[in-house]
Amino acid sequence: MTTIAPPVVRTKESPRSSGGRGGSVVWMALPAFVWFIFFGIIPLIGVLALSFTTWNGFGEIVPSGLDSWRATLKDPGLPNALWVTFLIMALSWAVQTPLSILLGVFLATSKRYREFLAVLFFIPLLLSSAAIAITYKSLLDPSFGLGSGLGVEALNQDWLGNATLAMATLIFIVSWQFIPFHTLIYQGAVRQIPTSMYEASQIDGAGRVRQFFSITLPQIKYTVITSSTLMVVGSLTFFDLIYVLTAGGPGDATRALALLMYRQGFQANLMGPASAIAVILVLVGLALSLLLRRLGGRADESQSEGA
Amino acid sequence: MATITKHAPSPTVTGTPGSRLRRRARSYNWFGGGLSWVWLFIVMLPIYWIVITSFKTQDTYFVTNPLLPPSDFTLTNYKTVIENDVIRYFFNSVIVTVGAIVPAVAISFMAAYAIVRGAGNRLLKVMNSVFLMGLAIPLQAVIIPVYLIIIKLQMYDTLAAIILPSIAFAIPLSVLVLANFIRDVPKELFESMRMDGATEWGTLWRLAFPLTRPALVTVTIYNALGIWNGFLLPLVLTQSPDQRTIPLALANFSGQFGINIPAIAASVTLTTLPIVLLYAIGRRQLLSGLTAGFGK
Repeated sequence: MTTIAPPVVRTKESPRSSGGRGGSVVWMALPAFVWFIFFGIIPLIGVLALSFTTWNGFGEIVPSGLDSWRATLKDPGLPNALWVTFLIMALSWAVQTPLSILLGVFLATSKRYREFLAVLFFIPLLLSSAAIAITYKSLLDPSFGLGSGLGVEALNQDWLGNATLAMATLIFIVSWQFIPFHTLIYQGAVRQIPTSMYEASQIDGAGRVRQFFSITLPQIKYTVITSSTLMVVGSLTFFDLIYVLTAGGPGDATRALALLMYRQGFQANLMGPASAIAVILVLVGLALSLLLRRLGGRADESQSEGA
Repeated sequence: MATITKHAPSPTVTGTPGSRLRRRARSYNWFGGGLSWVWLFIVMLPIYWIVITSFKTQDTYFVTNPLLPPSDFTLTNYKTVIENDVIRYFFNSVIVTVGAIVPAVAISFMAAYAIVRGAGNRLLKVMNSVFLMGLAIPLQAVIIPVYLIIIKLQMYDTLAAIILPSIAFAIPLSVLVLANFIRDVPKELFESMRMDGATEWGTLWRLAFPLTRPALVTVTIYNALGIWNGFLLPLVLTQSPDQRTIPLALANFSGQFGINIPAIAASVTLTTLPIVLLYAIGRRQLLSGLTAGFGK
């Protein structure tokens, strides 16, 4: 990275000379720091505090001990939301990862098509979840959508009205939205692999499949962890898409944690229990990132740079 | 090299001698190629459908093949969308995005500069770890206290209510990415600025700013797209129709237009068009912006 600066000078000089003058630049970091404390850190502490209160969203906030937690943990909606969140996480990971890797590998190695494919390929990344959800909602409408218009029986299902189909549709749309992003990450990683490794294996007579499993996959191991972390932790926060697409329905079939929180807080005006769910959301997210970090070993460096 | 000459050399092999890409004189990767085209088809189908549908009349929409271009090209649907205040929502989104992104990138840049230049300062170390921790805080999880703060500030149902937290949530990643880039500026340049008697503020503007401009563009694009497409903050922090931003307005159109699918299609197409146009102009910056932090 810093090829110009000799490393010896760098390590010797930085603690002494800039450390001493550090005081003169501290003020520059203050606006960002104060702003982030105010709208990021204080709310994080606040959500924990609010989970021990009763508040309807506009009246007075009354401390109520463990009431909100008791109500939340007893609510059968919580295990369902955890299960739905887990399903979305696991299924969307299982669909996206192999496809993104394969597409990333192909795009990285075939220059001929990359330019053309790339232009159109990444359009889903630009669209808002709301726009995507509305597009699919119209496209899949049982009476007015593509299926009825084409008169194809197999396409003419109640895609969002049946619990299993709604989950499958959601996973499909999530993949549609995010595979381009992960393909982009994998494409970058594959292009970093030295060509000589492939040339050497080619001399040894390795075929394309063999090369994929013996060279490509091991070489992009850390990228797989980074991308998986983003997918898994990101899936916890799917809200816009589900909210517009199914609003958590049919019934509670797609009511993930974030939707349950919104429903309790802003629709049922139970801010205490909603805050408790938010705390659970933070804890699940933290646990998952730590777990994946452990799995990834030294991958955490690149991970923390990315997230 | 030896392996290549063993096979029949193809023009692409000889054409790109220094390329880092795998030069293969073997058969085309049918599997990967096939998959790419299939996925491209899957990606494009809904986009194609929404665009052609937006030009159909409501009457013909129900009776014609949904995948064929309109036989009776019409702009009525766009007129409907424009009559429903889409211009106002568009400007709301512009105000929110610009109003949040300019201060967010400016203060993040200053913070990144301070963190790199003041390395070793304990206070800055603390601040840096707070920003790193901030990467792990999902907006959804803190939306209730943010809502409470906005009420207490008496800003509920204003565009400022969306702007203030948007700035905060753009800070952690921006600081991280920008600090990585400022770190790459050779130390000698900072030293020579100092010798010339430049203040830190002057060095920030005259040295760090021009040298990290690509990173600034990347960070700006990444965050701007996120704020432009944001849904939760407008949903929770505003109420009246005239404060709606584009994504929220779209969700409302969808309910309001009901079975008028062509009008819904027009609303999606029209509101997405500006971003697609920007994409067409600056695709490279946009793509590097989308993977902010991964490219390094």
